[in-house]
Amino acid sequence: MKFLRKQLDKIAPNFEKGGKLEKWYPLYEAADSFMYTPGHSSKAGAHVRDGIDMKRLMMTVVIALIPATLMAFWNTGLQELRAIGTDTPGMIESILAGAWHFLPVYITTLAVGGLIEAIFAIVRKHEINEGFLVTSLLFPLILPPDIPLWQVGLGIAFGVLVGKEIFGGTGFNVLNPALTGRIFLFFAYPGQISGDNVWIANREGWTDGVSGTTALAQFYNGVAPEALTAPTGEVLTWWDYFIGWAPGSMGETSTLACLIGAAFLILSKVGSWRIMLSMFLGMVLTTLLFNAVAVNDYMRVGWQWHLVTGGFTFGMVFMATDPVSAASTNTGRWIYGFMIGALTVLVRVFNPAYPEGVMLAIIFMNVFAPTIDYYVVKANIKRREQRLELQ
Amino acid sequence: MVEYINLFLKAAFVENMALAFFLGMCSFLAVSKKVETAVGLGLAVIFVLGITTPINQLIYDKLLKDGALEWAGFPEADLSFLGLIAYISVIAAMVQIVEMAIDKFSPSLYASLGVFLPLIAVNCAILGSSLFMVQREYTLAESIPFALGSGFGFFIAMVALAAIRERLKYSQVPSPLRGLGITFITTGLMALGFQIFGGISL
Repeated sequence: MKFLRKQLDKIAPNFEKGGKLEKWYPLYEAADSFMYTPGHSSKAGAHVRDGIDMKRLMMTVVIALIPATLMAFWNTGLQELRAIGTDTPGMIESILAGAWHFLPVYITTLAVGGLIEAIFAIVRKHEINEGFLVTSLLFPLILPPDIPLWQVGLGIAFGVLVGKEIFGGTGFNVLNPALTGRIFLFFAYPGQISGDNVWIANREGWTDGVSGTTALAQFYNGVAPEALTAPTGEVLTWWDYFIGWAPGSMGETSTLACLIGAAFLILSKVGSWRIMLSMFLGMVLTTLLFNAVAVNDYMRVGWQWHLVTGGFTFGMVFMATDPVSAASTNTGRWIYGFMIGALTVLVRVFNPAYPEGVMLAIIFMNVFAPTIDYYVVKANIKRREQRLELQ
Repeated sequence: MVEYINLFLKAAFVENMALAFFLGMCSFLAVSKKVETAVGLGLAVIFVLGITTPINQLIYDKLLKDGALEWAGFPEADLSFLGLIAYISVIAAMVQIVEMAIDKFSPSLYASLGVFLPLIAVNCAILGSSLFMVQREYTLAESIPFALGSGFGFFIAMVALAAIRERLKYSQVPSPLRGLGITFITTGLMALGFQIFGGISL
């Protein structure tokens, strides 16, 4: 490690003010602070909570994503091997097969998104931010395994460019950048990634002919939860969906892995438990309301199924809690989360155009988060004025 | 009753005037700098829409439609080509009244809305609502929830945009995009969000 430090120090003067490579400082800074704690300290202002900075914050999210990423490898491979006829694929075998699909998508995301991020950093003279590390890991996890790589590049380019950089970079965006990229693909190529047909990786055409419908589309067609089937025909139980042995976007199938990430985010106080809890409550209460007045089969589906199928938990833990695009007042977070949960179920049950509603519900509430905050703050000011008898 | 509620919700969310049809963009973009003025103009739009669309419905149904003048002895008359002039006159008259009322009761709102208050008269969302009403052959009872829904949809879209823009004041938007440029892009992203209701058939 000392050697590395020495080398970095040796080239540092080139990048500092007046050096011949001054323009490329963001690249040097990114490499340096990725490996070492930044050498400078803040000169003014108060540290409100502790020494945590944006890098540590974002790394915490990346660590919380590890279980979901591992399950992405494992399950993607497992689904593929099952589809081509292996009965009980081994863990190692599955993970290797999954890596074959996940890694190209991830590398494309990093390359295209990272390039845009670096260009903006150099031209606009800001630092390359760890926010992109989170975005670039979230994005492949919400993509189907069989997505063409050019779509991956297009999606992440849109997400980083329009979703984030034109607003000024990390911390200024209105919508979640990863979801912006995903929603762009969703509306640009609706035939391929709208979420009604299952996605199973299809290397070299091995699995031709495997097709079927996702759990949510099966619900819509009136299939009872107990009778949900995988495309290969076998019945999938609630536990299969909970642990994640079902086809879907790569990282979102496993509710368990997402909940482990949630525990980590809540314990480290990086993710807002208020948003997660209120989103969960919004989903449960809306489902119970539908159960009570059910007129079709989908309305009778219990909340425990809404929790494990589709991307609900992944959205709840990693997407809705994005500190930039979510509401930032505590009261606002309750309203924001609750609305996402309720809208998700509403879209799933009532909107025939979209089988899955989490992504759309989060983006929709991202749009309204500033409005919620505005009125929460205003109500607070009013309450204080009354307390002080100014009014 | 359910049918009217559906019509209201559909006009407000599924067929949002600002974010699905992109009508009334001029005031939508210009008056959304502050939440308070956006609320003021939004309420004015709801009010003007809620009155003009039903009145225009009556005018169309009782005077202009093919054969509507039968009661006066002209069963052959078809005055629907006068539609645009008639609707715009009603709207302009209504806006004048609203303007005078706001000037009287809230001079500060009047000042902050400035020229955009009289410009509601040429707000495409308002004329658009009357024209949609004709095109879809709404009855008088249907035109009221439709007009109120359209107005409400415009209202919440504008308030949401205003709140976003108040937050964007703190962001470092590249200088060529500052102002209207980033607002247009934000509007587009908001429209993506509003797609959540597209496809719901009420």
